[in-house]
Amino acid sequence: MAEDLKSHDSLWDDYNQADYMAQTKSGLDEALVRRISAEKEEPAWMLAKRLESLKIFQEKALPAWGPDLSRLNLDKITYYAKAMEGQAQSWEDVPADIKNTFDKLGIPKAEQEVLAGVGAQYESTVVYHNLKAEFKRQGVIFEDMDLALKKHPELVEPYFMRAMPNTLHKFAALHGAVWSGGTFLYIPAGVKIKEPLQAYFRMNAKGMGQFEHTLIIVESGAQAHYIEGCSAPRYGVDSLHAGGVEIYVKEGARFRYSSVESWSKDAYNLNTKRAIVEKKAHMEWVGGNFGSNVTMLYPCSILVGEGASADHLGVAFANEGQTQDTGAKVIHAAKDTSSNIVMKSISKGGGKAIYRGLVEVGPQAEGAAVSVKCDALILDELSVSDTIPVMKINNPSATIAHEASAGKINEEDLFYLRSRGLKEAEAAAMLVNGFIEPITKELPLEYSVEMNRMVELEMENSVG
Amino acid sequence: MDLLLVKNLSVSAGDKEILHELSFSVALGESVVIMGPNGSGKSTLAKVLMGHPDYQITGGQIIFRDKDITAAKPEERAAAGLFLAFQEPREIAGLELFPFLFDAYKALQAARGQDAGSVFAFKAKLDDELAALDIKSDWSNRHLNQDFSGGEKKKAELLQLALANPVLAIFDEIDSGLDVDALEVAGKAIQRFKNGDNSLLAVTHYQRVLKYIKPDRVLVMSKGRIAQSGGPELAARLEKEGFASVI
Repeated sequence: MAEDLKSHDSLWDDYNQADYMAQTKSGLDEALVRRISAEKEEPAWMLAKRLESLKIFQEKALPAWGPDLSRLNLDKITYYAKAMEGQAQSWEDVPADIKNTFDKLGIPKAEQEVLAGVGAQYESTVVYHNLKAEFKRQGVIFEDMDLALKKHPELVEPYFMRAMPNTLHKFAALHGAVWSGGTFLYIPAGVKIKEPLQAYFRMNAKGMGQFEHTLIIVESGAQAHYIEGCSAPRYGVDSLHAGGVEIYVKEGARFRYSSVESWSKDAYNLNTKRAIVEKKAHMEWVGGNFGSNVTMLYPCSILVGEGASADHLGVAFANEGQTQDTGAKVIHAAKDTSSNIVMKSISKGGGKAIYRGLVEVGPQAEGAAVSVKCDALILDELSVSDTIPVMKINNPSATIAHEASAGKINEEDLFYLRSRGLKEAEAAAMLVNGFIEPITKELPLEYSVEMNRMVELEMENSVG
Repeated sequence: MDLLLVKNLSVSAGDKEILHELSFSVALGESVVIMGPNGSGKSTLAKVLMGHPDYQITGGQIIFRDKDITAAKPEERAAAGLFLAFQEPREIAGLELFPFLFDAYKALQAARGQDAGSVFAFKAKLDDELAALDIKSDWSNRHLNQDFSGGEKKKAELLQLALANPVLAIFDEIDSGLDVDALEVAGKAIQRFKNGDNSLLAVTHYQRVLKYIKPDRVLVMSKGRIAQSGGPELAARLEKEGFASVI
């Protein structure tokens, strides 16, 4: 059992042994921020934004609520590292355990190479250009964020860190100061893209993604689905991830943002994701959170236009030593706005899964409708689940529904599946996957299959 | 030879002993029916044979195919060739029938050292069984037993029986929840399954299932013990005179 656990851990964490970031120094100061901006040849306004953010970061305290962050040493973080240098250079250099994990997850070889950071950009470039060819005609822009800033400054500047201001909290400020890479997506008015746009191939092309910035603009009447993430253990250069996602959904547009995230077990994943949703527009968040030491993530929808609506669907899995503090935030700031939050959490081996939600209905939001449903599955006596739903309702016409449930795996269900020949851990994983099915069914097939496999990996060595 | 041998089996749930030094056997190729009033311990016996973790075996042995399986896990018993058709099959939300059936099939085949074959071969096999059970083929997209009628659940059990291809099939009140037509279909499925190389053990309160399972032997259970045993004529006597006459 101990032996098994050890190998299981190493599957996820061996990445960190690579010292591919040895050439960079830790800690953050103005010189570093200036260097980042200079190396990226950024416009003056971006440097100003970075410096302003740095100042806010230095002044702001850590959040006084939520999980304990006292073990996070912000002076020991490498905030910027040049890509590629010192990384594994060929597939042969990638540790066997990592390859093993990729195989277990069923990721094709070409994708594995990209994820491991050794994949020539060849594969990703091809995929990327195919995508471009199809949508370029319609004016869709799908670009690396650093490149987008160079090529489309007129589109980036008016939106950059408006939905997610650097004053929001300490890590939003940090993000503003040191962000690097990420995705830029622009969908012109009326353009409807059915298949999901994927960042799967691109996300680790530079082996990074610690402070990536994703900026998405969906013009009036447009429709799209963007999905990012990878279920492979992402090896951050250090133990902090503070990404930023901002999405602008214009009048009558519909947008879905899906992500499946898995972090190595020492990582602090303090991510900020916010959308501004205009008149009769619809925003959907679908997320799966695995791994990390501490995750704090509460995707936020700000419903600013009449009839705007948002769906928040999420799964969080907290295993041994992990805290998944996740949830949703919705601000109803206009008439007839509606929101629907469905969160499912699983805690195991002493893991802590917390739903933290804030729904605010402003005085101007006549006729707002809010539905919150949180279900927790607690797999053993050691594990913890908690629900902290905050509602600030300032308009009496609002319709509010809130349901929460917490339970264990049903022993009779487990016996039933085992009697059919399934091993206890397999049967338990099936029941957990059944529990999160209302969320996974919203993901494209390959992602839902992967999420199911991740549950199976988390459930291995767990019982019996 | 004995396929299943239960020797002096005592079983408790919590502080309460439910089965008391119970002994019986099932030979290969044989059909055995265990009858008894409610509370006689029949259902407990069926679950204990499959390895339900809620019951403690305080004495005796279960020997199946010459191996002592008294302490074996349910999945090990399934791999060895035992199958239990549940009286009340569980409804499992979110678990689609097709992937579940295929995963269970693969698990059993692997444990038995046999090749599961391709998903296409499995699909063809499944379609045959669905047709035999008069089940619509789009059924396999539904979730396991979720919102199934009583009859549909029993058909799903018989479908799983056919796919698992056990050596000993245990039926716990297989006729409950079935109307006359569904009982007819279930009966045919049982007859289709039964051959000289496998055995049946049916646990039931009612006689009507005997129309479909022709028992070689009938055992009567009472208060956690086998109170009577005999041939098919014992069932006929129970039919006429009731349990009170024999226990």
